[in-house]
Parts: sequence; C-alpha cells; structure tokens
Amino acid sequence: MPVDIPKDKWPGEVRTVTLGAAAANGGTRGSVVAVGGEKALPFMHFETDTPHRPALAMEIMDRLPEDWSPLLLEFWGDTAKDPAVWAKAAEDAGADLIQLQLSQTGADGNPTTPDAAVAAVKSVLAATGLPLIIFGPGQADVDNELLVPVAEATKGERVVLGLCEDKNYRTIVAAALANDHLVTARTAMDVNLAKQLNILISDMGLPLERVLMDPTTGALGYGIEYGFSVMERLRLAALQGDAMTQLPMIVTVGYETWKTKESKVGQDVPGEWGNWLERAINWETMTAMTLVESGADIVVLRHPESMKRVRAAIDELMTVPE
Amino acid sequence: MALSGIQIYKLLPQTNCKDCGFPTCLAFAMKLAAKQAELSACPHVSDEAQTQLAASARPPVRLVTLKANGNEVKAGNETVLFRHEKTFYHKPGLFARVRDDASDIGTTIAAADAYAVNYVGMDLTLDGFAVESTVDAAAFEAAIGAVRSASQRPLILISRDPAVMEAGLKALDGEAPLIYGADADNWQAMAGLAKQYGAALAVIADSLDGLAELAEQIAKTGVENLVLHPATESLSKGLALCTQIRRLALKKNFQPLGYPILAFPGHEDAGIESVRATQAITKYAGFIVLDHYAPEYVYPLLVLRENIYTDPQKPIQVQPGVYEINDPKPESPVMVTTNFSITYFSVANEVEGSGLPAWLLVTDAEGMSVLTAWAAGKFDAERIAKSVKQFELPDKVSKKVIVLPGHVAVLSGELEEELPDWEVRVGPREAVDIPSFMKQAL
Repeated sequence: MPVDIPKDKWPGEVRTVTLGAAAANGGTRGSVVAVGGEKALPFMHFETDTPHRPALAMEIMDRLPEDWSPLLLEFWGDTAKDPAVWAKAAEDAGADLIQLQLSQTGADGNPTTPDAAVAAVKSVLAATGLPLIIFGPGQADVDNELLVPVAEATKGERVVLGLCEDKNYRTIVAAALANDHLVTARTAMDVNLAKQLNILISDMGLPLERVLMDPTTGALGYGIEYGFSVMERLRLAALQGDAMTQLPMIVTVGYETWKTKESKVGQDVPGEWGNWLERAINWETMTAMTLVESGADIVVLRHPESMKRVRAAIDELMTVPE
Repeated sequence: MALSGIQIYKLLPQTNCKDCGFPTCLAFAMKLAAKQAELSACPHVSDEAQTQLAASARPPVRLVTLKANGNEVKAGNETVLFRHEKTFYHKPGLFARVRDDASDIGTTIAAADAYAVNYVGMDLTLDGFAVESTVDAAAFEAAIGAVRSASQRPLILISRDPAVMEAGLKALDGEAPLIYGADADNWQAMAGLAKQYGAALAVIADSLDGLAELAEQIAKTGVENLVLHPATESLSKGLALCTQIRRLALKKNFQPLGYPILAFPGHEDAGIESVRATQAITKYAGFIVLDHYAPEYVYPLLVLRENIYTDPQKPIQVQPGVYEINDPKPESPVMVTTNFSITYFSVANEVEGSGLPAWLLVTDAEGMSVLTAWAAGKFDAERIAKSVKQFELPDKVSKKVIVLPGHVAVLSGELEEELPDWEVRVGPREAVDIPSFMKQAL
C-alpha cells in the first residue's frame, strides 16, 4: 500500500551563525563552526537537507572550579588547574567549541581582574584552534568589567560573549559590535521574552547573524519539559517566519545537570539511584539528547564521556536514511 | 476526514438523554470531535449515523491496553504532535526484556519488579516485562512461568514462530499481553492467535508502505489492538518513521497506521541504549522494550517519561503554606521557596536530609520555580512578606530568621524593609547545598 508521506513546507528558516574566524577573516582559529540554517524541524531529512549538525562545546573555567561535582574534578584532575591545558584536553576529547567560564574571584579570593581575565582568554586562544564562547561570572557589573577588555583583546576572533540578559545586554552588545564578536542572549524559558531580547539586541545594530539565543533549560527532572517545549515553540515560530526567533539555540546542559543532586552527590542518596558516575553521565547525556530533539544547535557539556555519546547520537541523526 | 462538533451533533439523536455521561448531545459531540470520547457511549445512535461517524469517531491513534492480573499499561489516544499544543496522554510503557535461555530469570525479574524510585513524591516503576524465545516452545513456556512467579505485571511475548507463541500464550491465563509479532510471512497465524487469546499484536515491516498494508490486512481479520514496529535501526530513520506515522494518524486520519508504536532501543552499550530510549520517549513511542535496567539507567528514563508527559497546562504544584520539617521549634529558621513541585521537593528533601529543624515557607508563585517566578514577578519581597503574615509565622517563631534562596539574593534589601523585625539571610542557590549551609550558617 503506497503511503503518501505528509511533508511540512515552511516559509521561514533559521539564520546561519558562524563562530570563530580563521586567519583569512581576521582571526586565528584553526576551525570555524557554522550552526543554524534549518528549514525544517530537527533531522527531517525527508523534507529538506539539514545544513549544519548541532555543535558540541566543552565547558572549562579560568581556574579550578570549587563547586563542581567531585566526579568532574576527579576526571579532569590537574588539567583543570590551567585553562590552556584544559582547553587543549577538551579539544582532544572531541569538542567543536570551547566555552570558557570566567570566575567571580581568583584562587586568592580576590575579585578576578580584567588583566587576569584577558590573560586566561589569551592563553586559551593560544592553546586551541577551536572557536571560543566566553561567559562572565554572571553578575552584571562584573561581567561588563571583564568582558569589555576581553572583547578588545580578542578583536576579530568572532568569539561569543555571554550572557546578554534583559537587565544587562547593552555593554556586551556594544563590545561585540566594536570588536567583531558574537553574543548569546539568555531569557527565562519564555518565547516572548526571548523575542523581546532579540529585538533589543537587534535595535542596537548587531546583525542577527551574530546572535545566539539561550532559552534556558532545566535539567532532566528539574524542569526539562519547560525548556523542551519552549524550544519546540521557538523553532516552530522560526519556521513559520517569525524573524525574531530565527536564531540558533544554545543550551548549557553541563551547567544544569551537574548541579543536580543526582550528579553532584554520591553518598547518602537512595540506592534506587544506582551507580553514581553512570547516573551522572546519563543525566547529562539524556538532557542533551532531549534538547537536541527539540532543536538545540549548540550543546555545552562538562564530561567527555557524555560528549562521546551525544556525538555518536548526532552522527546517527545526521545520517540520511536510504 | 474528521467532522466538526456541529457536524457530529447533527447526526446524533439530539435528545440530551445523558446516557453517554455528558449533559447534552452537543457536549458529547464536541468531545467526539476532540477524540476524547467514543461513539459507543451513545446507545441510541442510528445505524446510518453510526456508519457516517465511524471514521471520525475512531481516535486517530487507537488506545491499546495490555492487561495482567489487575495491572494495566495503556498506549495511544494521542491527539498532538507537540506536547505544548495540548498534552501527551499515555506515558509509554517501559518493559524489561529477558530471554528464555537466561539463567535465574526469577531472581532478575523479582528485582526489576520490586524496583521503585521516588520522584517528587511519586513512586516510579517499570510497567512490565518482555520475554523473548531463543530456544523452543518448552523453554519459552518455562521462562514465562518463571516471570509470572516473580511479577504480575503485563507482558510482551517475543517470537515469530506461531507454534512457540501459542505455547507462550497458553501459559498465561486471562491476560491481554502484546505478542510480537506479525510479519509478511506469519501474519495469518499470528492474527489467529491474537484473536483466540485476546492479545494485542505487533506488526513488523521494513517500510511504511509494508507496515500500512500488513496492518490493514490484519485489521480486516478482526484484530483491533495492533501496535506498530517500524524499522528503526538508526536514530534518524526511527525519528523519521515515528514522526511520519504520528502525522499520518493525526493530520490525515490514516487508519492503517493509527496505532501506538513499539520501540526496541536495546543496544549492547547501555549508554547508547539510554540515548535511543530518550528519543523513543520524546518522539512518539507507546511501548518501549529495554535490555538494560540497572537503576542508573532506569531512574533517568522514568524521570524523563514523567517530565515529557506532564500536562503543560497544569504545572505540578504543591499547596502554599508552612511545612514543618524535622519538628521545628520557635527558634528554628524559616526557609522560603516557591510552590513549583520540583522546587518544593528538592528543597524539602534537602532540609529533611540535613537533620536540622526548619519551617519551610512555600509561597504561591503560581507553580513556577524560584528563578522563573522571580523573572515573572510572582516571587518578590512583597509576596514573601504577605505569605509570612498569611501563614501566621510571627506566632510560630521567636527567633525570626528568614532565609531567601540564593538565586534571589537581590530581594534581601526589599524584604528587610517589608519585614523590619526579621533577620533576612541569603541561602545557597542550589537545593543540594542547603544541608551544609544550615550546618555552617544557621
């Protein structure tokens, strides 16, 4: 019985955003990563081609993190003491991108200085040829104080600066504009808030080809269904032609999952939770996979084993069936 | 083609007799149009109307129920492609597979059967077991007996050999298992068994065309409870086929493929299996057979299934109020959080786990988490202060220390103004850090 397969035809498409710049384009990156460009829902190869695969970023910090899960600290060991060494190890572990998280304070307990932040970023750029995503510590005034000199010191590299939020985006967007960088815009799991922030950023003159959006997600068990559905709605809106949603989506899965009790704690937890390490890897991997199914274009992870599994899944999803 | 509620209403008796359980014929017609009721609920509908309504009255994805000894697993009756459009209704059944040549089946099954994990106040479990024949009829029958002595949950029986399958079905009494399955070669015999034993039948084919043809042939023999197993050897092929089946059923009311989907994410690498099962849960499977079911694999899958099948229109909330944890005294601290149930359980579990007494003030944030509620203006100093008074905390405590979630440290100044005789403290951002905070700082 011949079955007439229903195919969606969409008027809109997601913009293509290119991270990183090689020497020919004013940067020093050995590889650049293009994401977005979708003209259909994720991996619907029978409707149209999927121009770019979801990219995987490994999250590292400018100094040894204190509050990360012991499993991560054990895995990375001394590597995590030097961001350059760590970045190289992340590249070797198969990352497409490096996400460098700047800390609020240095190892001595004093606030991170702009000079220290710039030095950390430069050492990472020297150690790896991958494009870079740089997040400030997450407090508006500190972010601005650190990200502006970082943007200036890396002019032309097309790094992604984060986070732009509705209460703090102007300085970061201006720094990206002046130095040929990109930004990531984070809103709290809401389609309209996401659109609104994209409009504000666009109004400052930054082309949307230089903006990623982070709709925020929750980890598995901690609100993932909200992230999942907001991402599905954003992607449907983009395909229906709503220009302010036609941006690639980035999700910080490693950050969300490794702070859950399931991943962070190995002792005095219910026996029904099973083996700690495997549970934690599953938490990260399954959260990532769920969001890849709902349209994630960049997934930031913390553990190389999760990255290996998610990469294998994306390889399969990108294979066009016969 | 689906009919509208008004079109259906015109075909009904229009007597408002309420025998269908709805107040009026129009209300019943609207439910029929929304595929949330069955025409058979109306005892008075004419034969002519029945014929006209048959096509539109059948739910686009048939509800299939597996039964055993008072336990049931249902799949189907889904009405949307995306959960935000309405909700997904029937959580896919998770079945653990054993093969009949395995040693000590009883012990394995007993452990998996007893497995229950608490998640936000609910006990989550597997739904049933799949028994696969790899030897012969006698071994199959023995394995099913061993499973039945350890669990009363519904079963999926796996063999393409009708003689072996019949031996298996004979070992079950008064149950409605799923039998797997019917292919192009054995379908007549398998359909006969499904009818004779009241089993649901899995239909197996490599292509969508083949699947539709076989399902229709079998349906003509009178077997109604079918389950589809499309070829899903890769994630991309599985995603495409499952999406196409769901779209055909919902958008085209294409009945040959209007059945729940059966998925076998099994893989020798348990981590890969979890990834495949993730896709099955998010993208349309109705029954899922697992080969690895150690807790570290089952627990996240059960949670994911719960999350994806939560009704988006009904955020899971707890009652706002003051919760007493570890028998608090007047000098115990007050911890504040929101009434989103995941938030509440995360915080309450940690406070309880600390072993220290506390009053947990749960504010009405319309079922949102701390950060989301704060961003939406549903969790601010004014609301917190109002809750403090509404739930009469000043009468309960003497020390008047109130702890804000770390994510809303920014509210502490305003809260001090709202509650001038209280000491406002800022707790950790994440629930997991609460016990050490309570031990060190309170």
